[in-house]
Amino acid sequence: MLDSNEPLVSVREVQLHYRVGGALSALRGRSSVVKAVDRVSFEIRRGESVGLLGESGCGKTSMGRLLLKLEEATGGEISFAGEAIAGLKGAALKRYRAKAQLIFQNPFDAVNPRFTIRAALSEPLENAGIPVREREGPIIEALELVRLPQPQQFLDRYPHQLSGGQLQRVVMARALILQPAFVVADEPVSMLDVSVRAGVLNVFRDVRDRLGLTAIYISHDLALVRYVCERTIVMYLGRIMEDGSTEDIVHEPLHPYTKALVAAVPVPQPDQSHDPLPIGRGAPDPRNPPSGCVFRDRCPYAFERCASQVPRLRRVGTRNVACHLFEETALSSGRQ
Amino acid sequence: MSGTLLSVRDLKVSYSVGDGKVDAVDGASFDVPRGSIVGLVGESGCGKTTVARALTRVIADNATITGGQILFDGADIAAIPERQMNALRWRDIAFIPQSAMNSLDPVYTVESQLHEVLRRRGGMSARIARARAEELFKMVGIEKNRLRDYPHQFSGGMRQRVAIALALALNPKLVIADEPVTALDVIVQRQILDQLRGLQAMLGISVILVTHDISVVAYVCDKTVVMYAGRIAEAGPMDAVLTRPSHPYTMGLRNAFPDLKGAASGTLTPIEGAPPNLASPPPGCRFAPRCPFAMEICSKSQPSLREMSPGHAVACHRADEAPVLRELAAKTETWLAEV
Repeated sequence: MLDSNEPLVSVREVQLHYRVGGALSALRGRSSVVKAVDRVSFEIRRGESVGLLGESGCGKTSMGRLLLKLEEATGGEISFAGEAIAGLKGAALKRYRAKAQLIFQNPFDAVNPRFTIRAALSEPLENAGIPVREREGPIIEALELVRLPQPQQFLDRYPHQLSGGQLQRVVMARALILQPAFVVADEPVSMLDVSVRAGVLNVFRDVRDRLGLTAIYISHDLALVRYVCERTIVMYLGRIMEDGSTEDIVHEPLHPYTKALVAAVPVPQPDQSHDPLPIGRGAPDPRNPPSGCVFRDRCPYAFERCASQVPRLRRVGTRNVACHLFEETALSSGRQ
Repeated sequence: MSGTLLSVRDLKVSYSVGDGKVDAVDGASFDVPRGSIVGLVGESGCGKTTVARALTRVIADNATITGGQILFDGADIAAIPERQMNALRWRDIAFIPQSAMNSLDPVYTVESQLHEVLRRRGGMSARIARARAEELFKMVGIEKNRLRDYPHQFSGGMRQRVAIALALALNPKLVIADEPVTALDVIVQRQILDQLRGLQAMLGISVILVTHDISVVAYVCDKTVVMYAGRIAEAGPMDAVLTRPSHPYTMGLRNAFPDLKGAASGTLTPIEGAPPNLASPPPGCRFAPRCPFAMEICSKSQPSLREMSPGHAVACHRADEAPVLRELAAKTETWLAEV
């Protein structure tokens, strides 16, 4: 057994770069590289829940796929329990797939509509070499774990006979049936109605705590991340902007991008501030990101250095922030 | 310009499905004051989009308006001939459908799509239409040199702005926008809502915003109408509905919604169960099977929408007890005990 202070997941300078544009664009000198994930580093301790937060195209889903080895990094290294996942093959890869599981975004896409719930849940057990007669027990246990009452009654039903909330619990049960140590949940409630969403989130929190799972929760919604994760990593155009305790980020965001993101979240309360957001208009273009800091073209505080130098992720108090505004602070606090 | 622009009275819309019919909207009544933004909020299948579409009478082939009145500027547009209704569309009532930003024609420039509306529907000359198109782009905050661009050259947020420009083309009195910011990221969402609010105030028009997101409604609307299973549960001024929700469903929604400004330790409480199948809805109040406060009468007779304070109406047999129920509804145990 490893030391519990050892990180379970360690991500070092990881990159996922795609070449876009065909041969013709290459001839014209227009072929370009999209940096879906660019030099991302972080660690996750055992039992920790981390939110990967950002807008579409920020690289959060790509990062999740890299962690599960559904995508191969084009640079850097990811290790799980001290072992680099890049080299995993055969039986070792199979073991990793059982230990690290994905909870899908859309429950209706995640389950084959022609499979009964029993068949859907049997599949991972079959892959793990568990004989048919020994599958019923774990299936029932998994369904009880996600709090589906009287699980027997669901076994012979088809996905369309379940409500969205019930089906998302089945998807969760399937991810948990092989007793993983690590789960990546990609926007698991975005397709559900508000009144049932809370139930699924509560089950997720409860199961995670009971099983001591390490979890990544990918979302664009800070309010949801806050409900599930004590720590949040904010991404923008493939890079980490800020990484710290979720409460700190909600109450006192440091990075200018995080500030805008927090201010933009609508709340179900009267008398809200209608102040303009502290961010420039326009959308990030992954094919053509600005030089230096990728956020600088929308940043109200940008200065010369932001165009010439990529800000490194630095320690600011208890957080990590990638912004030149905080480098001075980091240096001066380091000198004390 | 005060008073009521639109008054919906006991609107009923049915879909024929197979041999049966589904009453998707079963007696909806609400008002849209002039110069205001009204949020029509509810979950999937509650009938909000059907109401929005029925207001322009652009409904599915298997749908029929089976009852009620839609009084627009005093005239019942549910009863006028289709030719007359068609003349109102776009000129007086503009509709931005849910996927408007994705339904711009990819093979035409946005300018030619604007021109088509301005010239065909608005009867403008080419020269006036050109000037108007530039003016509309300026209103929604897009450079006029982008008029010659094709839809794919715009980001999602920009396409939504184009959709708003199209809706405003002929100076309508009422704009109905179905989930205009749902597919957008939170920052763009906020910028679009600010733009919509700004234009609404500048032009003095009325807007109906259809959404599932009560936070969006809270941010931008003056008034809200909460729908559940084809009926109106509660309607009233935004502040009143948020601070004094009086229908158990609205109370439940508030508990189920994460609030970034709320306490960190706050637990979200789901509303157990699911909305009823509208092909065979329960008798009485449609929320009764999920309601922790349901009494015998609730499963027998349908509660009517009653005005509890000026402009704040609730369809609940126990509406008079709302202050007590609110206190109970704030406790998680209340919702766990049921079902």
